[in-house]
Amino acid sequence: MPNRPPFPFSVGLSRRQALRGLLATAAFGAATKLSGCTATDTGDSPAGEATGAAGDVVVGFIYVGPKDDFGYNQAHAQGAQAMASVPGIKIIEEASVPETSAVLETMRSMIEIDGATVLFPTSFGYFDPYILELATEFPEVQFFHAGGLYQEGVTPTNVGSYFGYIDEAQYVAGIVAAHTSKTGQLGFVAAKPIPQVLRNINSFTLGAKTINPDATTQVIFTGDWAEPVKEAEATNSLADQGIDVVTCHVDSPKVVIETAEKRGIFSSGYHADQSSLAPKGYLTGAEWDWESIYTFLGQQFVEGKTLMAGDIEHVLRGGLADNFCKLSPYGPAVSEAAQADAEAARAKFLDKSLVIYNGELKDNNGNEILPAGKEYDQQNIALEKMDWLIDGVKGSTGS
Amino acid sequence: MSESLGLLGIPLAILAGTLRGSAPFLFVSLGECITEKSGKINLGLEGTLLLGAMTAYGVSFLSQGAVGTFWAPWLGVVAAGLAGMVLGAIHGWLSQQPRVNDVATGIAMIIFGSGLAFFLGKPFIQPQAPQLFTFEWGAWSSSPQLQSALKVSPLFLIGVAIAPLLHWFFRATRWGLTVRAVGDSPQAALAMGISIFKVRMASIMAGSFLAGIGGACLSLYYPGVWTERISSGQGLMAVALVIFARWNPIQCLWASMLFGGAQALGPAFQSVGIDSYYYAFNAAPYILTLLIMVITCSPKQTLAGSPGALGKEN
Repeated sequence: MPNRPPFPFSVGLSRRQALRGLLATAAFGAATKLSGCTATDTGDSPAGEATGAAGDVVVGFIYVGPKDDFGYNQAHAQGAQAMASVPGIKIIEEASVPETSAVLETMRSMIEIDGATVLFPTSFGYFDPYILELATEFPEVQFFHAGGLYQEGVTPTNVGSYFGYIDEAQYVAGIVAAHTSKTGQLGFVAAKPIPQVLRNINSFTLGAKTINPDATTQVIFTGDWAEPVKEAEATNSLADQGIDVVTCHVDSPKVVIETAEKRGIFSSGYHADQSSLAPKGYLTGAEWDWESIYTFLGQQFVEGKTLMAGDIEHVLRGGLADNFCKLSPYGPAVSEAAQADAEAARAKFLDKSLVIYNGELKDNNGNEILPAGKEYDQQNIALEKMDWLIDGVKGSTGS
Repeated sequence: MSESLGLLGIPLAILAGTLRGSAPFLFVSLGECITEKSGKINLGLEGTLLLGAMTAYGVSFLSQGAVGTFWAPWLGVVAAGLAGMVLGAIHGWLSQQPRVNDVATGIAMIIFGSGLAFFLGKPFIQPQAPQLFTFEWGAWSSSPQLQSALKVSPLFLIGVAIAPLLHWFFRATRWGLTVRAVGDSPQAALAMGISIFKVRMASIMAGSFLAGIGGACLSLYYPGVWTERISSGQGLMAVALVIFARWNPIQCLWASMLFGGAQALGPAFQSVGIDSYYYAFNAAPYILTLLIMVITCSPKQTLAGSPGALGKEN
């Protein structure tokens, strides 16, 4: 009989060996991280086993919340699914990544472990400093960010920015809202008074005023992107004041839409299609359409085009005409006249003949924003610095 | 469509907010009251609240096919309480180990409870679960605002009933005396032959059961969804509220209603056009919590009504 060591001992030994092996691997990983990782794209494909079919472009998507929140993250996740169907693209995703150094770790592991060469960290707060930091460290990886923060010559060339003029869809939703409202009083549950939010409020109101010049929009700021109890209270307070159409700009409109339906008033959605939450009162909604832009970008990646080579533009912007946003299908409460007016406005956006902000415009304190005969086209930087509410909005941007 | 209420909307919104929003505060604070009466603090009730909200929503959603849309939410309420008890058992065991600080354990339980709720709750964010029914106390009124404000949840009524019951329990029953003895003077309780470990374990589990039901109020009544941001610190506020209420269940009830009403303040003011300082109004519940802490905290003396062994090494 061979002189074997007893079984438990051999297990102990192998465990120790395994531990030693793990430690060595971890040390190696740390060393490669600290050395700045230059060997991302060597010929022997370090991420071969993770990428599936060889040669697929691995694209990483990072979301700040859950992927099925009926809101901002769901819109991006649906776009990511569309990109995944482009042949030659493989996507990897991580949800609920906070806007802290946690996103650095997520991006790093997507690049180093999964072999991602393109990243879409979708939340606003990921950009500065996290994306900028990693973009300098990994100049061969492309970073796309949803927001308006690209500066020529300052931002690294492997960082691109894309965003949609979703206020065009809000303008059309305002037309539908004013048509449907019996009181002429509309409500808007907003998170924070920042330019993107104010722009949606103003465009929604301007759209409504083309149908009913006396229409007003009462704004309630909840103070943060996700405050379910306050959003419900806000919707209830609006309903108590006789407002019969509400829309919102919060991360997940689910609470607002459901509460409006419970109160028997109409609602207009945001970010994604919420019609299933309010089968009676849902009118339409301003939705992101990341599917078309993500599919387009996916095709570019497969063809080998990059930001760094200048094949892909660093700043991608567009509205309804460029399929950056769209409208939810009209609900049962929307009259034919409302649909006709809404479709007419949409058609003007599609052929780019409609400018939302044209003079004379006054803010709700009576100050002139734009004199008669002048206009702000969508690309105007003044609109990205908006800090006023248009005449007809009840509310204040100050705190 | 309804008429505008104007400034009358503010008292109505506060009344409605009190009826709608105070139930979670009430359940968690009553739960914490039981726990602290036995001489231990359970900060983890924030995590319990989240796990309760997720469990209630998930169970209600999954069981609606089997038991119908009326009973499914009630099954969710019971499941939320049981899930809370499991977390309570962990805290009860951990916090009574030698040289273990119950505040530190509580913070760990916040992270554990919320993490577990987020992890298991992913599939329940999108679907709509059947909600608890409400009593339509406003049916006599022709005003839709009043009708909506007077929709009262049975859970809120149960909470209101528990408060005086608990008061009576602590004051007039032998078991209540036992819990108070363990909380005030563990050595004396030990001399009486009472097992401190068992009494504290039972108190923490009972408290966590109530806190779990508090979570069910959030996800099955108001606002009636499951999201990861559903609690916004209400569990922690409720713990502060117990101090404010001087460990008296009846006062917990008033304090909870005050906090519930305060939540409605910011939106209600803005809806009638009072839009200055809305950040301050929105922060009203948190400011209230801070004020309570500042007013009631003193290193020199313990508060009247404070259980003697609370926060002590024993």
